[in-house]
Amino acid sequence: MDVLGLSLAMLALFVGFGLLIGVLFGFFGMGGSFLVTPALLVMGYPTRVAVGSGLAFVFGTSVIATLKHRDLGQVDYKLGLLMIVGTTAGIEVGKEIVVHLEGLGLAGSIISVTYVFLLGGIGAFVTYEALRGDSGGGIDHEADTDEPADADDIPDIAKKIQSYRVPPMIDLRGGVTVSLWMILAVAFATGLLSGFLGVGGGFIRMPALFYLVGVPVPIAVGTDLFEIVFSGGLGSFLYALDGGVDLSIVLPLLAGSAFGARIGSAATSIVDEDDIKIYFGLMLLGGALAVAVREIGTVYEMPILNRVSLALILGSALLVSGAVVYSSITALRDDSRASSPSVE
Amino acid sequence: MIDAGSLAASLDSAILIGAVLLEAIVLYGVYGVVEQVLGHRVVDRLRTA
Repeated sequence: MDVLGLSLAMLALFVGFGLLIGVLFGFFGMGGSFLVTPALLVMGYPTRVAVGSGLAFVFGTSVIATLKHRDLGQVDYKLGLLMIVGTTAGIEVGKEIVVHLEGLGLAGSIISVTYVFLLGGIGAFVTYEALRGDSGGGIDHEADTDEPADADDIPDIAKKIQSYRVPPMIDLRGGVTVSLWMILAVAFATGLLSGFLGVGGGFIRMPALFYLVGVPVPIAVGTDLFEIVFSGGLGSFLYALDGGVDLSIVLPLLAGSAFGARIGSAATSIVDEDDIKIYFGLMLLGGALAVAVREIGTVYEMPILNRVSLALILGSALLVSGAVVYSSITALRDDSRASSPSVE
Repeated sequence: MIDAGSLAASLDSAILIGAVLLEAIVLYGVYGVVEQVLGHRVVDRLRTA
């Protein structure tokens, strides 16, 4: 029996994979989407379909996440709209590069290599920070979004960038003032990566908003998600024009991720994410390794490495999602034991 | 002059993306109701299991 042209096994795989990604997205406020495109590439989908469907999935997931963050007052609409302008140009350029590379037969290889370096680099950075016991740069879900940012909390690079007072200057939430041109430059660069890699860009843009523009992390997360709604929507629309969006992939993934995002969001109020930050870093490294293994399999014509690669991607997502759920249940039980009167 | 072919392709793409948007909004609402109805029960069960 087929549903949406997929066998039940494939349907269950997509819903399950979406669930894992949703837990990650709901918990970390980013991440997960960069796993979809490599997974689809590993499963043998054409590059354009993998990238386009990945963007459409990101679009749907970001709609759900933005609705939640809007309720928490963590969206700076002015910054978001400015980011959209720069990102739109970046996505269009990124997409044109993919189409051009496809014509040369190089798209799959170059996108994969870029993934390896990007995921590997960020994964190594996060893992290093976690092992060092430095919680800086993580997402503080409890941070106050209405108070001006403490000068000590603004990264040095952001202070430097804010010191370049090239008019017009823009006032942002959190008491931040920064040049319009810097915002547009950050938006264009992240949009370029978004269109090129078929990702929402959250795992690049959210840190960029914090480290480069200097907005408080909760606002960076909420605004980034708001912006991804538009960039993901536009990106997937452009790919859909070329037949690059496959609803039989997107719909089951979204059904799973929407539920997973609820679990992940609920877990943020229970678990200290620093406890499992290292798993997040290792997951990124696992994703990078998976794409590298797949490329080696392609170059040396070893199909078995494609299966190894897919197992690494699913395993990494499963490991971190499982860690989030396990830590939540453990925290709930510890809390229950602590609040129960002891029987002597 | 507007090319009818490209207009149809744009319309098809817009419908495609609209379907994803519609599913996202419906899922947000449906899962939100499920969370409100069952959330506390599940958490209580996990605490005591």
